[in-house]
Amino acid sequence: MTAPPVTPPVTPPVTPPVAPPVGPRVGPRVGLFATCLVDLYRPSVGFAAASLLEQAGCDVAVPRAQVCCGQPAYNAGDRTNAAAIARQTIDLFEGFDYIVAPSGSCAGMLRHHYPDLLSDDPPYAARAQSVADKTWELIAFLTDVRGWTDIDASWPASVTYHDACSGLRELGIKDQPRQLLDQVEGLELHELEAADVCCGFGGTFCIKYPEVSGAMVDNKVDDIVATGAATVLSGDLGCLMNIAGRLSRRGETVEARHIAEILAGPAIGTTIGPAIGRAANSGDGKG
Amino acid sequence: MAHQTSLDFSKNAARAQADADLQSALAKLQRDTRLARPVITGRLPEFEDLRDRAVAIKDHTLANLDHYLEAFEANVTDAGGHVHWCNDAGGARETILQICRDTDAKIVGKGKSMVSEEIALNDYLIAHGLEVVETDLGEYILQLREETPSHVVMPAIHLKKEQIAETFRDHHTTLDPDRPLDVPSDMTEEARTKLREKFLAADVGITGANMLIAETGSIVVVTNEGNGDLTQTLPRVHIVIAAIEKVVPRVEDALSILRILARSATGQEITCYTTFATGPKRPDDLDGPEEFHLILLDNGRTKLLEGEFRDVLRCIRCGACQSACPVYGAVGGHAYGGVYGGPIGAVLTPALDGIDKAWPLPEASSFCGNCEAVCPMRIPLPGLMRRWRDIAHKEKLNKAGARRGLALWAWAAQRPALYRFGARIALRLLKTLSGRRGYLRRVPLAGGWTTARDLPAPEGGTFIDRWQKESRGKTQSNTAGNTAGNTAGNTAGKTGS
Amino acid sequence: MTARDDILGRIRTATNRPEGAGPPPAPEYANRPLIPARARGTPAELTRRFIAMAIEVDISIDRVAEAGGIGAAIAAWLSAEGLPDRAVVSPDPAMDAYGLDDAPGLTIHRGATWGDDLVSITPTIAGIAETGSIMVTTGPGTPYTLNFLPETHIAIVHVDRIVGGYEDAWARVRSNEETGAALPRTVTMITGPSRSSDIEREVTVGVHGPKRLHIVLVGDIESGTDGKKI
Repeated sequence: MTAPPVTPPVTPPVTPPVAPPVGPRVGPRVGLFATCLVDLYRPSVGFAAASLLEQAGCDVAVPRAQVCCGQPAYNAGDRTNAAAIARQTIDLFEGFDYIVAPSGSCAGMLRHHYPDLLSDDPPYAARAQSVADKTWELIAFLTDVRGWTDIDASWPASVTYHDACSGLRELGIKDQPRQLLDQVEGLELHELEAADVCCGFGGTFCIKYPEVSGAMVDNKVDDIVATGAATVLSGDLGCLMNIAGRLSRRGETVEARHIAEILAGPAIGTTIGPAIGRAANSGDGKG
Repeated sequence: MAHQTSLDFSKNAARAQADADLQSALAKLQRDTRLARPVITGRLPEFEDLRDRAVAIKDHTLANLDHYLEAFEANVTDAGGHVHWCNDAGGARETILQICRDTDAKIVGKGKSMVSEEIALNDYLIAHGLEVVETDLGEYILQLREETPSHVVMPAIHLKKEQIAETFRDHHTTLDPDRPLDVPSDMTEEARTKLREKFLAADVGITGANMLIAETGSIVVVTNEGNGDLTQTLPRVHIVIAAIEKVVPRVEDALSILRILARSATGQEITCYTTFATGPKRPDDLDGPEEFHLILLDNGRTKLLEGEFRDVLRCIRCGACQSACPVYGAVGGHAYGGVYGGPIGAVLTPALDGIDKAWPLPEASSFCGNCEAVCPMRIPLPGLMRRWRDIAHKEKLNKAGARRGLALWAWAAQRPALYRFGARIALRLLKTLSGRRGYLRRVPLAGGWTTARDLPAPEGGTFIDRWQKESRGKTQSNTAGNTAGNTAGNTAGKTGS
Repeated sequence: MTARDDILGRIRTATNRPEGAGPPPAPEYANRPLIPARARGTPAELTRRFIAMAIEVDISIDRVAEAGGIGAAIAAWLSAEGLPDRAVVSPDPAMDAYGLDDAPGLTIHRGATWGDDLVSITPTIAGIAETGSIMVTTGPGTPYTLNFLPETHIAIVHVDRIVGGYEDAWARVRSNEETGAALPRTVTMITGPSRSSDIEREVTVGVHGPKRLHIVLVGDIESGTDGKKI
């Protein structure tokens, strides 16, 4: 008598994810705080941020009269002007459910410093706190508030990541960008040695102390080049312009982009534009 | 070397950056510290809680400082010691000199004390006929070289061993000039012998104190070398100089702080020697000083206590902020021009010397926040630097050109339409200047940037303008909080070229 | 007005505490000591931890079952290490029972030292497990110089005086049984031989205190679980 045949266990079929319903979004209303550098220098980051927020189910608006968070004045010791700009920002943004900025330093300014700046201005003190409580940096907002990690992007190349100081130390952003980059198809993340050491931007610091700042960004570029990655990413355009400028001055081929550009993927257009400080007809860094 | 001033910070920094030996020493310090800190703090799971506890201890003490200083004084006196209160550097120097004169001192041994640097004690005593010998190895080397400490805990960190060997050959002239001084242990062996003579010959020993304990009238001195102990035990007279913020209420409080002090300063669990000393020798002791004097110094602390800088009085002089600061890491401690460099120097020097003499120091920070992140006492160093910038701005101490530029920018920023108009023009100009390159090598008025970096060219058009154009009616109106209805499902506008 | 009046006056203004304000109420943490987990454990665990932490900081440790054998153990160790066979010993009467006076190959004298002695032998108040430290105090029988001047410092630690943390060691100091009513001039925690890293951050030993710290650990502790001795 032969043994009965052994049948392997049946694997249940994989259920495809349910497509979201078509129709008006019922997500939160988000005021996109573009930041002055994105606004003036690299609008594609703003479009990428808006796209990501919409993909995450948000209803995005961009108040037209926004200018700046006021950091340049605040860090220069000009509290009067910083407070005036803060009031302006609060007026413009306080009606939203959330305020999201593709920058740790600007988000940090609203979250941590607006309440202090306006603490002795009774009408605005409470409003500043309310704005602070609902302001988020873009990547942290996507992961920590929206719980959204459904990245639909591909970037089959090597990248490295610089942890911008304000995002890291004021807002605790460290794991979130890496979580999202992990979802990008084909992307290879090479961790940066001393990823959390300052790149030397520091707002007007890099202009007031150019040699010291130059030494700091030189160290950063050494570390970036050593990873062998084709592109360096970060969450703050100030850092990225500083790093891109030094990469360019040194004739390095590594390119610099804002992380939002990679994550937003095809949703912001069929091609991603040139990297920061690169000519229009240069490669897209996929190397 | 002529003493550098804080006002010359930029010049000092440039000189420091050209010093290859200094640069390699600083790079090593930065890297070693960065890698070691997570390991040594990770070994103590209670580390963060202990930081919080240390903050609570210091804040409570500072809020009741008079009570704890009086209790400390009473207990020192009960133990047979003398407390001398001094308002300022001059008073402290004179008091110490008088104590030395009263005991007919010829030779003074010194343990490491940053406060003694604040009051320029050594030069004063030497000018009045005393021989003063620094016993901490690093301080001894600096004394021979006529240099000042560049780090609060590792004073000679800026020197290479070849420089130290040369110094020993120049000064220890009774020894064979051909003797080997190739490795650090050769030099420390030589220093041990030389300084042992001085330890035994000293009439007076002067130490600092890491903490003062009110409950018992004790001082706490921590060293790895043991020089603090030899300095206080062998001479007839022990003088302690400490600033008033060093006091803590109880032994238990000191123990909590000890658990985070060496960890933050040198990456050790604890220093080799942690000594709690209370007054002079007891009648039946076989060794120890006959007299104990404690100089309790103000030197600007009460001014800090009364204002918005009080938090800096929590400092336990561990130097973690210096080791963690990328600016300190680029230029070293001497560039700051004061007794203290790095982030703590940027906050203390304006307090000790006046903001008008030190305003570049709080300016010379990118506010990366690493100092505050590593400070065991959670001192908000960048915030305090920013407060000094507020004061410097009000008093118009910083560069006029920078102030004017900022004022113009701030004026425009409060007029969005005008700002946008001006921005469009400036951006078009930059884009034109950059041609097809994507960057600019030189930009008028932006020399600060282009010294070290190219300036990336702007993409073209502002985000706000393009969003408005491309989203056709989805733009937020200027009325606060009103959203225009967003139509469903549309993606954001595509990028133009 | 004395400087004392000046300083206290400025402090009182800054802290808003009038003269004669009296002691402040105890802060909320006052009765909540923050003792690290590593300072707690069974005697066996603490003994193991003490040994491990001490070895990490280059302290050498010798085990002796009972006090009478200390002298012989020290003589043997000094000989094996090529160190001198003469030592200065703390005059503390407790040292009399350690077999130091008649250990063959060991010559001792008692008292303070002024640098001529290359080896010292001292008692300790406690061994502290949390960092592998020993605690010593000054007194008529324990001159301070023995801990610092000789090149080799041999410290006797009794296993039943190993405590978990610094607070526990301090409790011994304050319990009057060892040191009497008043605080000794010094209470010192020693954690390793003397060291410096002032020259290019390279660690060197023996600047200015002892080049070696050697502990003779006296007694056994039952491990508690397997009957093995620690």
